[in-house]
Amino acid sequence: MVDFQTYYAVLNLYSDYARVCDSADWDKWPEFFVEEGIYRLQPRENFEQNLPLCLLALESKAMIRDRVYGVKETLYYDPYYQRHIVGIPSILSIEPHEQGERIRAEANYVVVRTKLDAESTVFNAGYYRDEIIRTAAGLKFLSRLCIYDSEMIPNSIIYPI
Amino acid sequence: MSASESIFPPNPQWTEAGTSQVPFWAYTRDDLHQRELERLFYSKHWCYIGLEAEIPNPGDFRRSVVGERSVIMVRDMDGNINVVENVCAHRGLRFCRERQGNQKDFFCPYHQWNYSLKGDLQGVPFRRGVKQEGKINGGMPKDFKLEEHGLTKLKVATRGGVVFASFDHGIESFEDFLGSTILHYFDRVFNGRQLKVLGYRRQRIPGNWKLMQENIKDPYHPGLLHTWFSTFGLWRADNKSELKMDEQFRHAAMISTRGKGGKNEEVVSGVDSFKETMQLNDARLLDIVPEPWWEGPTAVMTTIFPSVIIQQQVNSVSTRHIQPNGHGSFDFVWTHFGFADDTPEMHQRRLIQANLFGPAGFVSADDGEVIEWSQEGFEQSPTKHTVLEMGGHEIGNTEHMVTETLIRGMYAYWRKVMEV
Repeated sequence: MVDFQTYYAVLNLYSDYARVCDSADWDKWPEFFVEEGIYRLQPRENFEQNLPLCLLALESKAMIRDRVYGVKETLYYDPYYQRHIVGIPSILSIEPHEQGERIRAEANYVVVRTKLDAESTVFNAGYYRDEIIRTAAGLKFLSRLCIYDSEMIPNSIIYPI
Repeated sequence: MSASESIFPPNPQWTEAGTSQVPFWAYTRDDLHQRELERLFYSKHWCYIGLEAEIPNPGDFRRSVVGERSVIMVRDMDGNINVVENVCAHRGLRFCRERQGNQKDFFCPYHQWNYSLKGDLQGVPFRRGVKQEGKINGGMPKDFKLEEHGLTKLKVATRGGVVFASFDHGIESFEDFLGSTILHYFDRVFNGRQLKVLGYRRQRIPGNWKLMQENIKDPYHPGLLHTWFSTFGLWRADNKSELKMDEQFRHAAMISTRGKGGKNEEVVSGVDSFKETMQLNDARLLDIVPEPWWEGPTAVMTTIFPSVIIQQQVNSVSTRHIQPNGHGSFDFVWTHFGFADDTPEMHQRRLIQANLFGPAGFVSADDGEVIEWSQEGFEQSPTKHTVLEMGGHEIGNTEHMVTETLIRGMYAYWRKVMEV
């Protein structure tokens, strides 16, 4: 049984992450990860067939920063708003880790996309599969794997999920 | 255009000689789209189906698409690869709903018609009627022949582990279809090595399918649209490069060797996407290790008309399958792969470089975006035309990439086959 303080910290992590993703404040996105942190966005079909390919596989905080630079400076795309609706997380386990404890948690998410002259549509639905550790600066992701059901991407995904 | 001319004329004509101007209505008309399906996808052209490595064992199947027709690629109990149309001969159902799996036979759940993995009808329930109170009720007529009601079988060609098929059983050989020039670049990737599937990416692009063929026949854009290509020299106008076509100009290979990048005023001056001071935080994104089979070029992008693109961009290799749905949309399915003899380091390298490509890729996400915007422009003003005059009006192989000759070539072929 997880104590409420830990659960509350995980809830805060999830809601802060969603708020940053929806606010276009991309420079804050890498800060949710430890230096060796991993972010992967993977279609469910690959995950379930043990195929390693991801839509994005960012293997360090530095690589996540490179993605931020891409979103801000190098990609040409139709701008859009996005809105994350994240479900209540499940804490799967809390295990000892060299840096304290490692929390394994999951939560469903839906991301709604709104292009400037269009209606709001469900853009990407899936779940987060996370490994989180406690640091001096609060909870950080060792890894965040976003496994999405929406395998047919509506053209492109630019912003972080 | 004067205000009195129609924006939507009923029967527009391609009056220009040549193909350095393509009318927007070539991308917006349903009647032309259906003619394209019939003349380009359903006859006389080998269409991409998948990789043999996706169905290694007898009974393995995987759904695929030819044009807008659902088909099933399956390895039968003899080890042969068959491709059959996913339409039940009885009531027309697309009966195969799983994306892939392993089965001993196919069956349609509606009335339980049962087909072999070669597509032959094996049996139908109540064929000889149902006995009730000494009387036989119903049943198929005596002249009903199972062999007349199989699934539609496609002609299959495999080469180097890649499966192509055609509804047209009179089609030329796959090798003749590609022609020796393009066959060389096909064999460069698929030289008999065992392929290892890394996974899939799918995107639905709201644009005409031809725009994707054009995107990979257009070496003019990559060093302009794609920062990563211009800044890091992966693909830009000062790279050593060649453009080659088959004799009919339908297929093409864009062959390029990476330059040193950096600030060559000739090619980056005034280019918004060029970022002189850009450096990667994590160099693994471009940890390029040359492979012997490249035979020099760091990138060869091959378009096989009409259905597939074969990508080798540094260490990232994929097939990109074009699956139209109507004149204004297509699904684009990427199958990334490596080779069974890849080292663990090369395996990982291919996965990390895959970040450059696909629907979120550093250099591919914007291709889908600009195709969408093109289609929007075509739909609003179908009597206008594109301008494809870079490099002149001629069609021919070149030893540079400052040209749109490959697109002109594709439309020369398209006009001939489509009679437009």
